[in-house]
Amino acid sequence: MNGSKLLRVLGALVVLVLLGIGGFIAYAWEREIPAAEPPAVSSIDPELVQRGATLAAVGNCNVCHTKEGGEVFAGGLALPTPFGTIYSTNITPDPETGIGRWSEEAFQRSMRSGVDREGRHLYPAFPFDHFTKVTDEDNRALYAYLMTRKPVKAEAQANDLPFPLNIRLAVAGWKLLFFREGVYQPDTAQSDEWNRGHYLADGLGHCGACHTPRNSLGAEKKDQLFAGGEAEGWTAYALNQNSPAPLPWDVDALTHYLANGWEEHHGVARGPMAPVTANMMSVPESDARAIATYVTSVMGEPTPERQARADKVRDQATRHPPGIQVQAAGGQTVPVAATSQDRGALIYAAACSSCHDAGRPVPYGGLPLALSTATYGPTPLNPINVILYGLPAPEGERGPIMPGFAGVLDDAQTADLLAYIRATFSDKPAWDDVQDLVRQVRSGKEHTDLQSLSSGGSAPANPTRRETSW
Amino acid sequence: MKHVSVPDVSRRSVLFGTGSLVLAFSLRPAFAQTTVQGSEAQNFQQVEQAAPDLPGSLKTNPQLDSWIRIDADGSATVFTGKSELGQGIKTAVLQIAAEELKVPFASLKLIGPDTSLSPNEGYTAGSHSVQDSGTAIRHAAAQVREILIAQAAGRFNVAADSLKAEGGAVIAPDGRRATYGELVSAELIQVQAQPTSKLTPTEAFTVMGKPQKRIDIPGKVTGAPAYVQDMRPDGMVHGRVVRPPSPGARLRGVDASSVEGMPGVLKVVQDGSFLGVLAEKEWVAIKAMRTLSPLAQWDESPTLPGMDDLPRKLMALPQEDGIVTDDRKVVSATATHEATFTKPYQMHGSIGPSCALAVLNDGVTTVWTHTQGVYPDQKAISQMLRMPIEQVRVIHAEGSGCYGHNAADDAAADAALLAQALPGRPVRLQWMREQEHAWEPYSPGMVTKVRASTDANGNVVDWTYEVWSNSHNSRPGPAGNLLPARHIANGFQPEPAKLQITPEGNGDRNSNPLYAFPSRHVVWHFLKEAPLRVSALRGLGAYMNVFTIENTMDDLAAAAKADPVEYRLRHLQDERARDVVTKAAEMFGWKAGQTAPQNHGYGFAFARYKNLAAYCAVAMEVKVEPETGRVRILRVSSAADAGEIVNPDGIANQVQGGIVQSASWTLYEGVTFNDTRITSVDWSTYPIMRFDALPPKIDVEVIPRPGTPFLGAGECSQGPGGSALANAITNAIGRRIFDLPLSREKIRQAAGQV
Amino acid sequence: MVALTVNGQSHQIEADPDTPLLYVLRDELHLHGAKYGCGLGQCGSCTVMVDGQAVFSCVTPVLLLEGREITTVEGLGTIESPGPMQQAFIEEQAAQCGYCIPGMMMRAQALLQRNPGASDEEIVAHMEPNLCRCGTHMRILAAIKRAGGLMQMAAGGSTTDTAKRAG
Repeated sequence: MNGSKLLRVLGALVVLVLLGIGGFIAYAWEREIPAAEPPAVSSIDPELVQRGATLAAVGNCNVCHTKEGGEVFAGGLALPTPFGTIYSTNITPDPETGIGRWSEEAFQRSMRSGVDREGRHLYPAFPFDHFTKVTDEDNRALYAYLMTRKPVKAEAQANDLPFPLNIRLAVAGWKLLFFREGVYQPDTAQSDEWNRGHYLADGLGHCGACHTPRNSLGAEKKDQLFAGGEAEGWTAYALNQNSPAPLPWDVDALTHYLANGWEEHHGVARGPMAPVTANMMSVPESDARAIATYVTSVMGEPTPERQARADKVRDQATRHPPGIQVQAAGGQTVPVAATSQDRGALIYAAACSSCHDAGRPVPYGGLPLALSTATYGPTPLNPINVILYGLPAPEGERGPIMPGFAGVLDDAQTADLLAYIRATFSDKPAWDDVQDLVRQVRSGKEHTDLQSLSSGGSAPANPTRRETSW
Repeated sequence: MKHVSVPDVSRRSVLFGTGSLVLAFSLRPAFAQTTVQGSEAQNFQQVEQAAPDLPGSLKTNPQLDSWIRIDADGSATVFTGKSELGQGIKTAVLQIAAEELKVPFASLKLIGPDTSLSPNEGYTAGSHSVQDSGTAIRHAAAQVREILIAQAAGRFNVAADSLKAEGGAVIAPDGRRATYGELVSAELIQVQAQPTSKLTPTEAFTVMGKPQKRIDIPGKVTGAPAYVQDMRPDGMVHGRVVRPPSPGARLRGVDASSVEGMPGVLKVVQDGSFLGVLAEKEWVAIKAMRTLSPLAQWDESPTLPGMDDLPRKLMALPQEDGIVTDDRKVVSATATHEATFTKPYQMHGSIGPSCALAVLNDGVTTVWTHTQGVYPDQKAISQMLRMPIEQVRVIHAEGSGCYGHNAADDAAADAALLAQALPGRPVRLQWMREQEHAWEPYSPGMVTKVRASTDANGNVVDWTYEVWSNSHNSRPGPAGNLLPARHIANGFQPEPAKLQITPEGNGDRNSNPLYAFPSRHVVWHFLKEAPLRVSALRGLGAYMNVFTIENTMDDLAAAAKADPVEYRLRHLQDERARDVVTKAAEMFGWKAGQTAPQNHGYGFAFARYKNLAAYCAVAMEVKVEPETGRVRILRVSSAADAGEIVNPDGIANQVQGGIVQSASWTLYEGVTFNDTRITSVDWSTYPIMRFDALPPKIDVEVIPRPGTPFLGAGECSQGPGGSALANAITNAIGRRIFDLPLSREKIRQAAGQV
Repeated sequence: MVALTVNGQSHQIEADPDTPLLYVLRDELHLHGAKYGCGLGQCGSCTVMVDGQAVFSCVTPVLLLEGREITTVEGLGTIESPGPMQQAFIEEQAAQCGYCIPGMMMRAQALLQRNPGASDEEIVAHMEPNLCRCGTHMRILAAIKRAGGLMQMAAGGSTTDTAKRAG
């Protein structure tokens, strides 16, 4: 966290103090809800549990509340934020270290208001600004689901936050400034499907947590919905009219992407999006379609210029040999290496082309890069991550595998390759400071961290739905 | 390469002993077992049995000099017709020969399968290597040793039984000594083996039965050329083939002129739908192949069944029933349990795609291949080339593990075809990964159906079993069983498989349970048409049949409220079977009434491979994540009984490997296709086991059975391994899955997740 | 013409710059340890080390490798004098067909050179990209652990031949 941000945080707190400590404490105080005995598993309606499982998948709960190699929902994942590191909590029904002593009321309040059973304010790394929109009925299902998980004894690790952020009361100030409590209110002017999508995307799905930019206090900028953000060192692309996807998303394409983790003309979900779509695979496709309906409405109709460009790209990408006819096994059709002396072109020809131009269909073959959002994105962060660390094999399931090139491509070679890709496959201006970003990605994280994030390996899976005919 | 550097001697120049000796030593009866008529190793290539009374492969190759050669300098060479496939057969037969010949292990030389040098032992298949070749070599070595002792007895003028053989020499009680080299006479003789031999008793073993480090590993871990892929003879060129996009595709036309003009490209070869390139350098050959591929115009046709409702489609294929056993009796039953299991097509998935080297010199085509049968390949390739059989020589060179009939023979045929286009230049032909995945012959999709009736105690009184399967064998011999022979102009058709019920079994292998059920009926619905090309994968039908039986035994035990191990023992009368079951349970710490921790499960399974080879029992603990369907194997205990033990470490290695491989089949694997093309064409689309689902070790105990026949162990653990895993998963999630593979999604759903 | 340094030796090689390292090693330098398995970076049988990192030689064009230090399994020792990694694989008899083994050894070598005391979990995670079909996994893990021990011993006992080779 840089100094100016810290000053601004402190400044905001000083303002709060001046507002009147007494009144604030009255506002901020939340009562403790008495500890309850965990409900008997047999007393819980299995159908409610099933519904809760689906909702938990939409909420992506398992991803933050499970650490690599740890038990599901037992918490402990380090969530680095600009303000310090927060560790996710144990939400298994263990009475000592989990939420076993939480009554349903306590659970409902945590979702609605961002307060734990003891009455402590939760940090907004837990996206209660979205979860507040979830209905009581859905929270009841989530509660039923979580209380029927395997209890795991795992003490939550203390957060690593500087003063005064380590005072939970500070969160109350944050809430005062940025948090509007209240369940989702449907827009009667819109269809049921749109409303369902809006409810899921803005509520449990908390799409904006990554795809909407944040202010200096870490709150989403409400006036810039889906304008693009950053997550775990990856770019969360804009989902509004500025979406960089070379082929504009439509409802069908986005539904397929959300429900399967890939789409033939847009590619494969990677980075922090991979577990999201892996979770979505276990959600009824109607919900994916609802979300797609809402999100594409935020994107709006593409301008005629954008559509014309898209048509051109699609035409080129699909006519690019051997794309006329999809080649099968044994074909291994790849254009012969470019003769250009450009180093990026040679690297592309030798290292990338054998998959990305082989004509084997997505998701198992490489996406023609002219169709890749990463090629057109505002930053090269995502392609840098993928080039350096690859796409590790999902465990025991079909899925794309791409080797990482961190061991062979140095920073300059990686930048050369990206420059070639950007210039050849997009109509966008060159990226700035690519070599610095490569260095930053390379030094910023251990490979294993990225691997766990990008593989989506810990998320539920529905591989049968991956085997859609192609 | 070892095979290249071996001097081109004929085994007919072998030297030893004189005259027809009266074997005056005491004999112990040769074991009557090993390769029986119709066994997997031989039933697709009728190797004539010249001497049916002899043990092992001596039946087909009764001359001692087919197996053992002693040179005038005393050095000994062993010949085997069995291929090293990673199972350690080279090391095992040398242990056997060293033991019986009484020569130091390290002094022996070995000649592997070669149609000009080695005995014809059919195929290296069905866990027969030690049973067939090992038995023959053991007896041949023992008889050669006794011939040399008799020779020495004459020379020393003492009684033969006062002499002993040691360190490659015969030693008299007074210290006189004659080396084997001194005893062997210069003139060639041929002696037919006797039916009985003076075998070394187990308690006197110094080499056999002891862990022996494999002779091939040091070279393999230091980069020595070890595989056919590594051969680089002078003048070698690189070949690649362009395969059709789908099994039913035919080449309509190709304009190859641009490829022929590429620098470094020597030739484009086209013969019907067979299309290949030859180039000086490997990368050029690959680029030429890739350039040529889109230039080829194919007519495709939808010859595949597609994935939807596959089991029903299989069961609807034209079929012929083979009765495996019919021993029906009138029984009184109180309950009946029925279940149907299904298995997809699965692949061998060798890590190294198939490769072969061929050269045409002076009218003779010599092929180096990692085939399992050099003689059958010689026949098939000569037929494909329309050449007399003497003009084809096939020599085995190791490849990547094959686990059955993979693309080895097809690659050999490809190389032989390409070599015709460039006489005098050795052609190295390498399949690409996608070609191996798409074109190797798969293990057939199968359906099994069991109906078990039980009495008031829950014990089985009647067992009715049906298995729907293609033949698991379409090996060459006939040229039409070689892939390129089907593609060439005026090509060959694959030979239709025939139903044959044999003791060893095929699709019906292990379909008849070893359990003592009073009444039983087992039928193989032999599927006559094969929509996908299929052949032998390790264990043939045994994996699926054992899977069905052992899953069902657990369900029956549960219905009887019995412990699964106790329930199996109730139905087992074979003492050796009971011993492996008891041993594995004891190693695991199995206790009746045990309960696994939440989301953990214990599983047990047993089988005797083919009902006549090695016994194996496996106990396993797994952990299942219900949310993700992921399975972790936590610990495994396994007991095996392979009869007389040659290399205990080799058996342990095979048993461990079989458990891991069958775990991969069971959890992950299935070939996918639409109605025209194969769509599982690499490791992305055909995932297999990786490190993180596995335990740090798998315990194996091999129960010693001194003085008993060898029992093939190379495939004994796949059935019990996969079944123990399924039973453990069922134990963890409380529900059984009947459709292989037990994928994450199926497990998740069965565990009650949405 | 490409200049490559392999196992400490410099070579001038006549090859197109886009040629994957694998084919140069096997066909031009007759170093057969690295194996062709998929050509797609999916199986790891072609794994070698470049500047101490495990890389897939089948998708690494030689044009990237000027001035880099390439190490293959031949660089870890010889049949007469095997290095610690090779010694460990022999002692554990960690091979069935053996085809994937050199790639396994090179990936493991890259880890152990950085951290000879790597934990079981680290080894498993690190080895994830490499496939074995014979089911030799447990022996491979045991051999890697043994190799780590041998390397630590060698490092403890000053600079021996094997440590130098491993380095």
